[in-house]
Amino acid sequence: MSASILLLVALGLAFASFVYGRQKAFAVAARGGGVSTLHSLPGHYGLLAALWCALPAIAIIVLWKLFEGPIISSLLTSSLPEQVIANGTSAIDLYKNDIQNIVASGKVSSEQDANKQAVALKLLSLNKLNQVLLTIIALCAAIVGAVFALRMIKPTTKARKKVEAVVHAFLIACASIAILTTIGIVFSVLFEALRFFQQVSIVEFISGTKWSPQTAIRVDQVGSSGSFGAIPLFLGTMLISAIAMLVAVPFGLMSAIYLAEYATPRTRAIVKPLLEILAGIPTVVYGFFAALTVAPFIRNLGESIGLSVSSESALAAGSVMGIMIIPFVSSLSDDVITAVPQSMRDGSYGLGATKSETVRKVVFPAALPGIVGGVLLAVSRAIGETMIVVMAAGLAANLTVNPLEAVTTVTVQIVTLLTGDQEFDSAKTLAAFALGLMLFVTTLILNIIALHVVRKYREQYD
Amino acid sequence: MIDVNNSPGASGSEPSNDTSATRKNTTELVKATLARRYAAEKRFRFYGIFAIAASLLFLAVLLTSIFIKGLPAFTATKVQLEVTLDTELLGIDATANEDAIRAANYAAVIKKAMRERFPDATKRKQKKELDRLMSTGAEYDIARRVQENPNLLGQTVTLWLQADDELDALIKSGVDLTKPDAISTRMSDQQIAWANQFKETGEVKTGFNTAFFTNGDSREPEQAGIRAALTGSAFTLLVTFLLSFPIAVAAAIYLEEFAPQNRWTDIIEVNINNLAAVPSIVFGLLGLAVFINFMHLPRSAPIVGGLVLSLMTLPTIIIASRASLKAVPPSIREAATGLGASPQQVVWHHVLPLAMPGILTGTIIGLAQALGETAPLLMIGMVAFIVDIPTSITDASTVLPVQVFLWADSPERAFVERTSAAIIVLLGFLVAMNAVAVLLRKKFERRW
Repeated sequence: MSASILLLVALGLAFASFVYGRQKAFAVAARGGGVSTLHSLPGHYGLLAALWCALPAIAIIVLWKLFEGPIISSLLTSSLPEQVIANGTSAIDLYKNDIQNIVASGKVSSEQDANKQAVALKLLSLNKLNQVLLTIIALCAAIVGAVFALRMIKPTTKARKKVEAVVHAFLIACASIAILTTIGIVFSVLFEALRFFQQVSIVEFISGTKWSPQTAIRVDQVGSSGSFGAIPLFLGTMLISAIAMLVAVPFGLMSAIYLAEYATPRTRAIVKPLLEILAGIPTVVYGFFAALTVAPFIRNLGESIGLSVSSESALAAGSVMGIMIIPFVSSLSDDVITAVPQSMRDGSYGLGATKSETVRKVVFPAALPGIVGGVLLAVSRAIGETMIVVMAAGLAANLTVNPLEAVTTVTVQIVTLLTGDQEFDSAKTLAAFALGLMLFVTTLILNIIALHVVRKYREQYD
Repeated sequence: MIDVNNSPGASGSEPSNDTSATRKNTTELVKATLARRYAAEKRFRFYGIFAIAASLLFLAVLLTSIFIKGLPAFTATKVQLEVTLDTELLGIDATANEDAIRAANYAAVIKKAMRERFPDATKRKQKKELDRLMSTGAEYDIARRVQENPNLLGQTVTLWLQADDELDALIKSGVDLTKPDAISTRMSDQQIAWANQFKETGEVKTGFNTAFFTNGDSREPEQAGIRAALTGSAFTLLVTFLLSFPIAVAAAIYLEEFAPQNRWTDIIEVNINNLAAVPSIVFGLLGLAVFINFMHLPRSAPIVGGLVLSLMTLPTIIIASRASLKAVPPSIREAATGLGASPQQVVWHHVLPLAMPGILTGTIIGLAQALGETAPLLMIGMVAFIVDIPTSITDASTVLPVQVFLWADSPERAFVERTSAAIIVLLGFLVAMNAVAVLLRKKFERRW
């Protein structure tokens, strides 16, 4: 049986043990003088049987599937013809791939050469043995578990406690997935980045000013051997993020102030969700709009006043990104502004200040730490934003701070390095992970600072 | 006290002439600056209104420009043509099997029909231009009809066939075809004249573009559709939902109801907040390194996309679920505990059902985010050119936003309207999902 069918069978057995266990609990209770003599509800006894039946079987199937590949592969290696083994690991892998394809196509016949046919037959028999073994062991585990649990059904068995312990463990495991994800991100990015730094020195990476990741594919090929100085990328990222912030911060902050201090509840109820729409539009839509509408518009505008503007100018990508971030800045600032106690405003009005003076000289300074935290979060979003820059910013790594020229960013390079057919070990692909590491670390630091500032600020007025 | 004494309207004893003079000065000073301060007040107010108006204006411009560009893609032009299904030209006869019928030379039949319709095309170049008026989709259309009804072979039938994207754009633009000089198109004057003849005799019609919803991707704009991307998106979202919903709810329940206040819980909480702010592309790198290179799951498959997106949406759903669980008042828990429920029974029987609307709202919003996500899916190879409709979660496929990205890169003008139309469909789904979330919240939200 294939693994998925086996899983279904295990679940079916578990359901059957649930029904049977529950019935048995009722029967035991009837003999002993009613359900109240049981420690737990009959359903708990059923669940106990179901869990004891399904968990070992599922664990075996999952572990088996994780380890069967390497084991079968190593068993297969021993049966390869000697001349293939003599040719080294890559030849072995190639040969094994061939065999796998033959087996997958289901056409093992005398048309292939005799060696291959023998190995293919061997693989077929190994696969078969593997499946039979897995089926038998998994089903045995399910049945043994179920029988064991069913024998435990007695009034004194604390079925609820056992079931709840399993559920509790499951809850903890789910909560820990967040940590596993972080560890996964750190390790996957870090390992590949370290491999990259074995090929390219870290000093060149963070201080070099030339970025051209094209490496020669063949040894005899003429052309660059690739240079990985990431300064132009960092500068480009900062330029575009700065433009985005120049748009997002004033607009976001002013709309937040207006909504929090001036707008009637009615206006607020209408305008706030409308602004949130801007945050809900997928970034790929912004990218399309930036590349197709905003960039040509800015270029024509620039040309009409005699400036030469690149068609992939940083200005276009940055300003569209800024507009995307407006609702982000606005809703975060709105939260902190409304959290400023009314008594502070009243005090200011009492001294004769106008509303705008109160906002500028009392509310804003009081809310400043929270606003700064929100802006930092917005910066980390701008740095990590991908689709807008992929579609509207350029690929050429120019070392410039002129917003009318094309620059490239870290995220754009990650996407270009990793899409298309790549060999996974080349410096070009690994460079993407090194850039990813930089991106992750930068945004992580920004986030930690921002979350800390925001939390600290909240405590101040709570 | 000082406040009262100094306020202009305050009556009462004045300590001395000296302070009285100062007071008068202050009042005058304030009065003198008042106009300026009120102007500043008005300006400030205006800045706020301007900021909001500008943002909303941008939103309006964005949406209208996409709608104006995308709406034409929902209609397609068809051309009426009298086609003789000559068995000799097709290279098959009535005994041909399915494969042979599919592979027959329908292009030749269409070319012949076009030349019969316009006998004035005599030169080689003209003939080529004439052939280019019809889409290759027309061949598949005839092939399908012949497959359904092999008796058509050898007969002459009048069919409505798909036009090429240039002709399609020309007809839909509604320009005056008698003045070819005023039209900006890649078509030649001769082609425009033919198009005009078609139009005048009523041999062209525009109708609903069904191909856009039933086809996969194609190099020919008029045949490209979003069905493959839609199916891929559906599979990906299904995987995302099945993984992220139970895990996120379980995690939220643990953190909100059972977790002891210790270091480990703190670490988990900080972690979730940080993950919510990690750039999506980093999740793509994780997916590439772990799911594809380490676990050898198939590239470009919805299962990998779903895994990556569920890791990405987990923090969103966990945070929403925790807020929703927290909103259930402690009295519910105390009442259930008082009646003898175990802590887990309290949660499963009472707290969770009451928190469910809020949790579902958060889940839908998280899934809407996942539906619009592009960057991490580029990393795991979902950028493939997908013609066939995927049938399982392990088939190579693409998703709607990635399809938008792919088409946005295509040079043909007709792809611009296809891209915009795909965006309209995508936005439609997002609006629907958010509307459901809002409705859920409105209908079931309880203030305790």
